[in-house]
Amino acid sequence: MAADVHKKKSWEVSNGSLVPGDGQHTERSESPTPGLAQGTEPGAGQEGAMFVHTRSYEDLTSPEDGAAAVRSPEERRGEPAEQSSMEQISKDFSELSTQLTGMALDLDEEMRAGKEGKLEPSPQTTRRDSVLSGKEEEDVTMDAWRLHRKHVFVLSEAGKPVYSRYGSEEALSSTMGVMMALVSFLEAEKNAIRSIHADGYKVVFVRRSPLVLVAVARTRQSEQEIAHELLYIYYQILSLLTWTQLNHIFQQKQNYDLRRLLAGSERITDNLLDLMAHDPSFLMGAVRCLPLAASVRDAVSSSLQQAKAKSLVFSILLSGNQLVSLVRKKDQFLHPIDLHLLFNLISSSSSFREGEAWTPICLPKFNSSGFFHAHISYLEQEMDLCLLLVSTDREDFFTVSDCKRRFQERLRRRGVQHALHEALRTPFYSVAQVGIPDLRHFIYKSKSSGLFTSPEIEAPYVQEEEKERLLGLYQYLHSRAHNSSRPLKNIYFTGPRENLLAWVTNAFELYVCYSPLGTKAGAINAVNKLMKWIRKEEDRLFILTPQTY
Amino acid sequence: MAQMVTSGTSPEGPRPSYMYKVVLLGSMSVGKSSLAYRYVKNDFRELLPTVGCSFFTQVLELDEATVKFEIWDTAGQEKYQSVCHLYYRDAHAALLVYDIANKQTFSRAKLWLEELEKKFLPDEIVIALVGNKTDLAAEREVTTEEGEDFARTKGLLFMETSAKSNHQVNDVFMAIVQELLRREKEKAPRPSPHGRSTVDLRASGARTRCCRS
Repeated sequence: MAADVHKKKSWEVSNGSLVPGDGQHTERSESPTPGLAQGTEPGAGQEGAMFVHTRSYEDLTSPEDGAAAVRSPEERRGEPAEQSSMEQISKDFSELSTQLTGMALDLDEEMRAGKEGKLEPSPQTTRRDSVLSGKEEEDVTMDAWRLHRKHVFVLSEAGKPVYSRYGSEEALSSTMGVMMALVSFLEAEKNAIRSIHADGYKVVFVRRSPLVLVAVARTRQSEQEIAHELLYIYYQILSLLTWTQLNHIFQQKQNYDLRRLLAGSERITDNLLDLMAHDPSFLMGAVRCLPLAASVRDAVSSSLQQAKAKSLVFSILLSGNQLVSLVRKKDQFLHPIDLHLLFNLISSSSSFREGEAWTPICLPKFNSSGFFHAHISYLEQEMDLCLLLVSTDREDFFTVSDCKRRFQERLRRRGVQHALHEALRTPFYSVAQVGIPDLRHFIYKSKSSGLFTSPEIEAPYVQEEEKERLLGLYQYLHSRAHNSSRPLKNIYFTGPRENLLAWVTNAFELYVCYSPLGTKAGAINAVNKLMKWIRKEEDRLFILTPQTY
Repeated sequence: MAQMVTSGTSPEGPRPSYMYKVVLLGSMSVGKSSLAYRYVKNDFRELLPTVGCSFFTQVLELDEATVKFEIWDTAGQEKYQSVCHLYYRDAHAALLVYDIANKQTFSRAKLWLEELEKKFLPDEIVIALVGNKTDLAAEREVTTEEGEDFARTKGLLFMETSAKSNHQVNDVFMAIVQELLRREKEKAPRPSPHGRSTVDLRASGARTRCCRS
C-alpha cells in the first residue's frame, strides 16, 4: 500500500520537481480545432504556464492507486474526433436532449430538493470558533448531527480516529472502527471498497496508506468528485506533516494517535471543506486571478521578480482566494492543488494578519517528502493583500523578510500601489460587463494556463443556499462532462429556474448559467459573444506572461 | 552552541542600542500569541492557533539605552516542535508561558526549561516563567506559590499575567529588559569590538529542501 502513494504519474518527473509531460505537446498538435488549440485559447499564457500542466480534471483526480477507475484521456483518443465548432454544438444539443433524460431528472430532483430546503446552510460555523482549543463539539447522537450534508472522517489503518468534520473524534471511534472493518473485509479478498450508495447517501472511501478517508454525503456530487475532495483532505494533512513523516510515524507505531500531531490544525481542514463547498477553484482544478490591468500586474510581477533571493522558489501575491501574481524559479512549477492548499492555509488563520509568519510547509504535489519554509505576511494592515514567499532554506528568515521589504519598496517606486488599492476595491467583476442580457453567470477555464475566470455571483443567487445550489449545478455539469465512462463535450439543459450549458474541449472548459427564459439558439449566440468578450479582456482576467526569477 | 555577546552597541549614539532576540515558548493555547499581541499592539483578540511562528519587532526607548526586541512567537502545537529549536537558537531571552488554569501546561513549561538548559549556559539567556490567564483565577490549577517556588529554585524571573485584561504584560518584558541590561553592564568593561552584531541565521545554512532533523 505504501507504494501506492509513492507512485508518480506519467507526467511527474522522478526528481520530484514537476514539469509538463510530453503529452502536452502531442495534444497541441492533435487538436482538431486549430482555432482553439490548447495554448491559443483565451487566457492561455503567452510564454508557457506557471503551473504544472494538468490536462484535465482526471489528472487531478485519477487515483494514484493505479486502479483504472478513470480512463486516461489518451485512451479516449480513439473515439470520434471532437466536435466543438459552434455548428456542431447545436447538432449535439438535439442528440443530447434524447440522451440526457436521466440527467434532466436528476437536475429536476436537485431543484426540488433545493426548494424543500434540503440545502440548508452549513450550521457548523459555531464550532471550533472558540479558538483556544476549547472546541465545542456536537453531540453525535443527536439528529442534527445526522442531518449534515457531508461528513468527512479520517482514520488510521488501525481504525483510530484522526479527524471528523462534525462531532468529536472520540465519540465516533466505534463508527470509524466499522469503516475500517469494511475496508479490511474487502481487502482480505484482494479487493477495494470505493463507495456505497444507499438511501440517498454516498459513502465514499479513499485509501491512502497509512490513512483512510471516508465521506458520507447526500450532495449531488459524483462519487469521483467526492473522492477528489477527500484527496484534498489527504494532501492537506500531508502539507502539515509530509508524507515521509506520516509514514515514519505509523511504521514506528501502528496505533499512533495522529490527532496529537494535528492538534490545532483541525480548523485548517474544516476551512478547506467549507471552501470546497463555495469556491469553484477546487472543482475546476484551476486558479482564479484578481482582475487587474495588465500594466499594473506586470509592474507587480517585476517587483516580485526583482525581490528575489537564492533560496526562493515561489513568490506569490494573493488577495482573498484570487491570485494577483506568481513568480517562480525557472523550471519549477507549482501544482494548482498546492496553491489551493496555500490559499486555504492563509484564509483559515487570522494569525498571519499580525507580524510575519515563518512556517514549515510541505507542498505535497511538488515534493511530499520535505518541507519548504513559507514567509507569510500581509502587505498592509487593512488591505487584503497577502504575500507568500516560499523558500527552501529554513534558516533564511531574515533574507526572505528582506525580500518582502524590497518588494514593497519597488512597488512604491513604480507607483502602482494606488492602482492596486483600486483593483482590490472591486475584486470581482459583474456579469453585466459582458453585455448579454440572459447571461447570469459563467465559469471559463483555460486548460493550458490552469487559470479560470468567473464573475461575481449576483441575483437571483443572493442567499448562501442559492449560491451553493448554483455551485451544485456546476458540479453536476462538471461531473457529467467528466464522467469516466461517458464523458460529454456539450451539455445544454433547460430548467425551471435557469438554463445551463457546458462546453468542454481540449483547450478550455466553459460552464454557463442563463435565465430560464432564453432559447437554445440565444444561448449559443451568447457563448460566441462571451468567448469574444473573454478574449478581449483576457489580459485583465488572466496572467498571460508568467514571470520567473 | 556558543552564544555571542548578548548584543551589539552602536558607538555613535549617545545611548547604547541593543538588539535582543526574545522567544515565547509553551504549550498550545496558553496565550503566547496573545501576550505578544498585547505587548506589541496593546490589544487583545481571540486568536487562532499560530502556524509555525510569528515574528514581531518592538523598539523601546529607555533612559539608559535603545532596545530593539525581536520577538519570536512560536506555535505550541506538537508538530512544530521539531522546528522549534530554529526559533529559540541564539535567543537572548525566553518566556516560558503556561496557563494557570491548566496544570499540564505548567509541567510542559518545566520540560521546555530542561530543553533550554541543554542548549544554553545559564548566563547566556534570561528566562522568565510566565503564568498567563490570571483572568481565569476562579479556575486556577497552579498556585502563585508553586510558580514562584519553581522559578526561584531555577533562578528564573517569574510573573503572572493576563493578556486579556492587560495585567503585568508590559512588566514581564520590562523585567526582561532590565535583567538583560544589568547583565550588559556586568560585562561592560569589555567593549564590543565589532559594533553591531546581528544574529546570522544563515551561518549553518546548508541548502536543503527538507528538514530531516
